[in-house]
Amino acid sequence: MSSIRISIPETAEAGEVIEIKTLIQHPMESGFGRGARGQVIPRDIIQTFTCDYNGTTVFEAKFFPSTAANPFLTFFTRATKSGALTFTWTDLVGETWVETRNLIVSE
Amino acid sequence: MRASLIILALAIVGCSQQTNQPNANYETLDEVISGYAFLQPETQALQDDEFSNPGYLWVDKGEALFNEPAANGQSCASCHTDEDRSLIGASTHFPKYDERAGTLINIEGRINLCRVTHQSVPKLEYESEHLLALTTYVANLSKGSRVAGELSPKVQSNYDNGQAYFNMRRGQFNLSCAQCHDDNAGKSLRGDTISQGHSNGFPTYRLEWQTLGSLHKRFQYCDIGVRAEPLPGGSQTYIDLEYFLANRGRGLQVETPAVRR
Repeated sequence: MSSIRISIPETAEAGEVIEIKTLIQHPMESGFGRGARGQVIPRDIIQTFTCDYNGTTVFEAKFFPSTAANPFLTFFTRATKSGALTFTWTDLVGETWVETRNLIVSE
Repeated sequence: MRASLIILALAIVGCSQQTNQPNANYETLDEVISGYAFLQPETQALQDDEFSNPGYLWVDKGEALFNEPAANGQSCASCHTDEDRSLIGASTHFPKYDERAGTLINIEGRINLCRVTHQSVPKLEYESEHLLALTTYVANLSKGSRVAGELSPKVQSNYDNGQAYFNMRRGQFNLSCAQCHDDNAGKSLRGDTISQGHSNGFPTYRLEWQTLGSLHKRFQYCDIGVRAEPLPGGSQTYIDLEYFLANRGRGLQVETPAVRR
């Protein structure tokens, strides 16, 4: 069970630039670390993040080893129409976490 | 004029010495200062921001677990409703003597006791994600309240044991907790500033761990730091030490989930 936090305004004016913040719980194990008995800890990282706004990707990120645990992102997008924003994180083995938030845009 | 300046300068020096004065006995700590004050401004900002503070990932998870019914239909929230038996402020009284357990227990112990007696589910392992999340959630409910640090005669021996552990030199470095956290708080230890070693922010998100950890995990890291053999998390001696620290840090505000280096 990964814990996810998303900060996004519920409403916005058409054309307004809104700030979106996301935080996901993930160890982001680099693959270079070693455990207490000297064994290599396998790499376990989130590789991609996408934010889709009404089906169009508005923000995308790639992660690499050495990103700190529990990656935190802040980004901006322009509010155009009311609709859903879908946030997707995908890790190294293809596991995904998806969250959706609705945004109401007043014309 | 010159004389008054010198007196002023001496007064300032006197003040600064006052706050850094070493103390062997906690009762004479001039000022009880939270570990927050020893952090860099960036780390303080991370703790203060309720969104980006990573500790809130565990608060959220803990809240979900708190409301999740066990097989017998009982969740924590079934008893601890907002109106009745609310847990706001509860964590400030821990560790405390528990009549049913007949011993001194901390919040983790109390959660496990509730699980066994009311939910009929097994205890959670110490330092497990679920126990950490529940502890963080419950402690966070008391955020801003002050650590009560009540002394009870029933657990005087636990208090003495905790204080003895705090003052006992140990490990290859032959250092006690008190030598850093009483005598040298505010001074530098390599890249860090030594704090007074209070427990008011635990469970805490530590940047070094890249995760959230309990107070006992912090004790283990201190023990390893002086090259002593760490005790298992949840062991009675660590609970006694936790009890001593709650008294030593009496009056500090609960900061859970705090962010530390």
